Amino acid sequence: MDVLIHFKEDGAKLCGFVEGEIDTFTASGLREELEAVKITKGLEIELDLSKVNYMDSTGLGIFVAFYKRATREGGKVKLVGLSNRLQRLFEITGLSELMDIETDKKVEFS
Amino acid sequence: MKELEKQYKKILSDYMIDKTEKNLYIGQNFIRQLIQKNVSPEDVVSIHKNAIAQIFPDRIKEVQSAYDFLIEVMVHYGMAHREHQSLLQKQAEFEIEMNIATNIQKTLLKTVIPQLSSVDIGMISIPIRKMNGDYVHFLQDQEDYLSVAVTDVVGKGVPAALCMSMVKFGLETLEYAYKDPSYVLEVINRVIEKGVDDSMFVSMFYGCLDIQNNIFSYASAGHEPALHYRANENTFYSLEAKGLLLGVLPEIKYSYNKISLKEQDIVIIMTDGVTEFRAHDDVNSREMITSLIAEHKHQSAQQLCNLLHKEIERIQDFKLSDDFSVVIIKKK
Repeated sequence: MDVLIHFKEDGAKLCGFVEGEIDTFTASGLREELEAVKITKGLEIELDLSKVNYMDSTGLGIFVAFYKRATREGGKVKLVGLSNRLQRLFEITGLSELMDIETDKKVEFS
Repeated sequence: MKELEKQYKKILSDYMIDKTEKNLYIGQNFIRQLIQKNVSPEDVVSIHKNAIAQIFPDRIKEVQSAYDFLIEVMVHYGMAHREHQSLLQKQAEFEIEMNIATNIQKTLLKTVIPQLSSVDIGMISIPIRKMNGDYVHFLQDQEDYLSVAVTDVVGKGVPAALCMSMVKFGLETLEYAYKDPSYVLEVINRVIEKGVDDSMFVSMFYGCLDIQNNIFSYASAGHEPALHYRANENTFYSLEAKGLLLGVLPEIKYSYNKISLKEQDIVIIMTDGVTEFRAHDDVNSREMITSLIAEHKHQSAQQLCNLLHKEIERIQDFKLSDDFSVVIIKKK
């Protein structure tokens, strides 16, 4: 299964929706898409991972690389919609302390 | 070429007369000769055309253009074929280089399991591809200290193996400073951070056992928590330690924790290849590991490692999806 990403501009914010399984084989496509994102000072980028069913360490590497580049170039990255499994991955690796991560994007009122 | 044409004409006309297996066999052997002489496919067609022209001088006119067409087509066939051959050869060369690299890695990153009188140590590390992205490193000072580093590089294959050599040399240069897990991780982090690109990182669990005082101190850089089996309570504890992956940021501080290791206690350190089952996310891997260890706790550390590997391989239908490494330390 492949991984897809599409972007939507929402005012000053850039929203990216990622979908699929991110592993050693599918990662390069996502890496290229993210590398192509032009980051301007103060740009906020929100990446929605709620449709990511699987991610291995290569996938993690892509987001770390993107986060590092964005920070260097004055942008802000936020990851949202992480499943429990992905959240655990970011916690174990210590990345959740470094990066801006939100687990529940949609707050449901009951 | 003239000589070949003459020979071919003889073979062909013999066959036209007799149509025997023997004549066919002679033809096949002749073609083999052409291959050795590097005669291209289009030249073979041309040889055939000239032979036909001589054997059936009256009829060649009718088919002349058909042969010319075939010759043109075969020129391209020949080119595609040669390209294919050269790719196969290149692939074979890569294969040889890959094997050499694998052997270098095996020598360079060979893990020697220390033999100690009061601690039983087991280890297993199995790569998913040729090159291993996991690495286990032991350091030991007589019967006083034993330290162990279990590492996992992002990705697999050659890039991971190259990065791993850096980790190994970093660990080797620590000498006597290896007793402080925080310091070890901080040094290795500095080494890696300078040498890798933005998407590369390493996770490491580092533990040091003070054998005389039975104290195990440990720290983690983004690594899967280890497990501690307390024999007197018959319970497992997770050895949690917070810390960022190595190679992400330059100046990171790591904290470490201490536990006391009693008789028959077991420490299990593993990489995510052991706990993450891609196709079976319904399986609670840590629960499975702890019950398996508890059930077989009287076996040797190495036996436990092998058992764990076999069982996890079975759960994943004998298709592991990641490099697999486990270290088990058992207090005798």
